[in-house]
Parts: sequence; structure tokens; C-alpha cells
Amino acid sequence: MLATVQNCMVIALTVLMLAGAVCACIFKDLISAVIATAFVSLLAALFFFLLHAPDVAMAEASIGAALTTAIFVIAIKKTARSEEE
Amino acid sequence: MRSLIAVILLAVIGLGLALCLSDMPFGANHIATAEKAGRHYLEKAPQETGSANVVTAVVVTYRGFDTLGEVTVLFIAAIGLGMVLYRRKKQEGKPPQPASFVLQTGCCFLFPLILILGVYIFLHGHLTPGGGFQGGVIVASGFLLAYIGCADMKIRHRWFEATESLAGSAFVIAGMAGLAAGGSFLMNFMPKGNFNTLFSAGIIPIIYIAIGLKVGAELTGLIANLLERAE
Amino acid sequence: MSFLFENSYYIAAVGLILIGLYIMAAKKNLIKVIIGLSFFETGINVLLIAAGYIRGGSAPIFSHPDMQAGKMVDPTPQALVLTAIVIGVAVLALALSLAVRLYEHHGTLNLRKIRELKW
Repeated sequence: MLATVQNCMVIALTVLMLAGAVCACIFKDLISAVIATAFVSLLAALFFFLLHAPDVAMAEASIGAALTTAIFVIAIKKTARSEEE
Repeated sequence: MRSLIAVILLAVIGLGLALCLSDMPFGANHIATAEKAGRHYLEKAPQETGSANVVTAVVVTYRGFDTLGEVTVLFIAAIGLGMVLYRRKKQEGKPPQPASFVLQTGCCFLFPLILILGVYIFLHGHLTPGGGFQGGVIVASGFLLAYIGCADMKIRHRWFEATESLAGSAFVIAGMAGLAAGGSFLMNFMPKGNFNTLFSAGIIPIIYIAIGLKVGAELTGLIANLLERAE
Repeated sequence: MSFLFENSYYIAAVGLILIGLYIMAAKKNLIKVIIGLSFFETGINVLLIAAGYIRGGSAPIFSHPDMQAGKMVDPTPQALVLTAIVIGVAVLALALSLAVRLYEHHGTLNLRKIRELKW
């Protein structure tokens, strides 16, 4: 029973993660795309934790969700915000 | 047309990955036999290195040379970023609008706490999850917060460069000391101490402190360069 | 359904890799291409960690005296991925600084309009 609930949770997280990635692909506003990237990174950190890799989960949460987002936002601020066609 | 080619390419790559993964069932015990590296690390690392966290033991001692190469790559990337964004005459842009009082006070209040968390994480790298890389990144994100939030904070590049070079040299010197003590580069020559206490595991905490300081200084300098140098 | 239950981590990893590759191949904006690169990297990290997982294993940390080495997940891919993540952020920062410089030169991030990168 518990295992089934956990499996369903993992599948739901997978769907959320891929949906976040697709959102990052189709958003025209680059800041929104970067926030979707941070969301995907956070879910990846959760995956690492569920796979019993707490060291990697810590690194992914602090780098993927915090530092990478900050670097992207700084770079977008220096360039153009919207993705022109 | 372009996306069609991309989709066909992706289908091929996805099929190849699926074929590779079908050989590798999820969750199978692939390190059951004794000659596998993972099995050796798990069984021998507590006695050989004295570190409770096996991942730390692998990163710092068994694959320590790899880690040295990795911090070198980080260093080269930071230098490359500084070179790409370098400009000879400093042009003063308009000063940024200062943050609100609540935001400034909050950032200045949180900054030392985040530093303490980062230092805690890299000091306890051999006992709990975490280590030099994670702690260093947390320290760097604390500096980023202070840099954005506190208006009167200036990052002194010289200090960060000095910290980074000293930490990098400490890593190499600790490795060389292992060579001098008879043995190999990065040999664990110091006493192992009591298992699962803070003062244990020989040179692992020393090297992880050096890595933490180096990564923290490196990433802070990288972000400061990105914020200041580009117009 | 049991196929999904068995392989959901692999599906997530391969899906991220494919989405990242698609973004890198089909998008014209340079920042979007770098976002695709970061997805690709995250996908490969998830794939490596999922390959090192052993069912019923615990995290490879001897935090308790009666933990057994036989009931732990493989630490080798975790050590690999740990260093790969940190290198990844440095490479991303370098790529973004190049993008900033290109924007200053050409005034656009559209790869089709930047002559030198046309293919």
C-alpha cells in the first residue's frame, strides 16, 4: 500500500517535472522560463533525495535552484528580456 | 523544417537511450560481487579513511585527484569569465535604486546566519550530508544576498582572491604532505581519531574546509564580476 | 502500469535530456539554448543517480553503529554527480558571460541574426 502511494507520488513528480521543462521551452518571457528551470531543478533535488543521495540533493538544491537562477537573472537583466521571433 | 530534423534526431537518441537502459534494470543490486568499486568503497571506507560519509571519502581521498582537477576547472571558468567581461576603463552606470528598509534589514540580518550554515555544512562534511562544495555554494549565495540587499556593502575582490589562492594552495600542500609522509598524493597520513566524531578522518576535514573556502570565494567573485563588469 | 512504476526515474531523466536537446536544437534565442543546456545536464545527473540506486538501500552514510554496508546505495555515481553539478554552474556562468558580450556586439541574441554562429 505504502509502496504504491510512493510510486504514484514519483509518477506525479515526474509529470510535474516534464511539464515544467516544457513550460520553460514555450514561455516567451525569459524570466518566466528561468523560474520554470529553477522549479525543475528543485524537483530534481527532491528526486535525488528520494534516491538516497542526500549529498547530491543538497548540491542541486543550493546550486540549481539558487545560484543558477541568480546568474540567469543577472544575465537577462544585462540583455533582452523577451524572446523575439 | 529545422524542428522536424530535431524531432527525428531526438527520436533516434531516445531510442538509443531506451535500448541502453533496458540492459540496466532500475534498483537491481549491481554491486553485489566483491570486486565492484562501489562495494569496496562501502565496506572499506570507514576503516581506511575514518569518514562516516562514504561519498565524502570517495570525493576527497579515493578520487581526490579528480576533485583537484575539478576545482581547477572551476578556477579556469572564473578566469575566463573575468577575461570575457573585462573592460579597460570603468564606466559608471547609474547607481541602482536602493532596496526598501525592510529588505535591507532582513538581508543584513540573514547574511551572518547563512554564513554560519555554510561553514557548519563544510565542517561536518565527513559526518553528515554535505561538504565543501555545498557549504561553499551556500556561503556564496549568502554573499550574493548581501550584495544585492545591503546597499553599502562592497565586495573587496582582493580578499576573495587571497582566500581562494590560499585555500587552493592548502589543498595541494595537504596532498604533497601525503606524498612526503611516504605513500601517495593525498594519502590520509594523519590519525583517524574516533569514528563519527568531529575530530576524525585525518586530512578529510582539512581538505574539505579548503575546498569550501575556495568554492565560496570563487563563486562569489564570479557573481560579483557578472554584476559589476557587464554594463 | 508496473512498467511506469518500475522506470519512472528513468523516464524523467530521459525526458529531461530529450527536452533539453530539443531546446538546444530548435530555439533561436541564445539564453533559451543555455537553458536547454542546463536541462540536459540535470537530466544526465538524474540518470546517473538512478542507475546507482539499489532497491531497499539507504544513504551511504554510517550515521548509526548498526548500519550495514550491504544495505546501501552505490556511492560512486553520487561522487561523480556532485562534482559535475559544481562544474555545471561554472560552465553556465561562462556561457552566459559570452552571451552578454555577444549582445553588446550585435544588439541581439537571435542566433539567426548573428552571422558568425549561423549554420
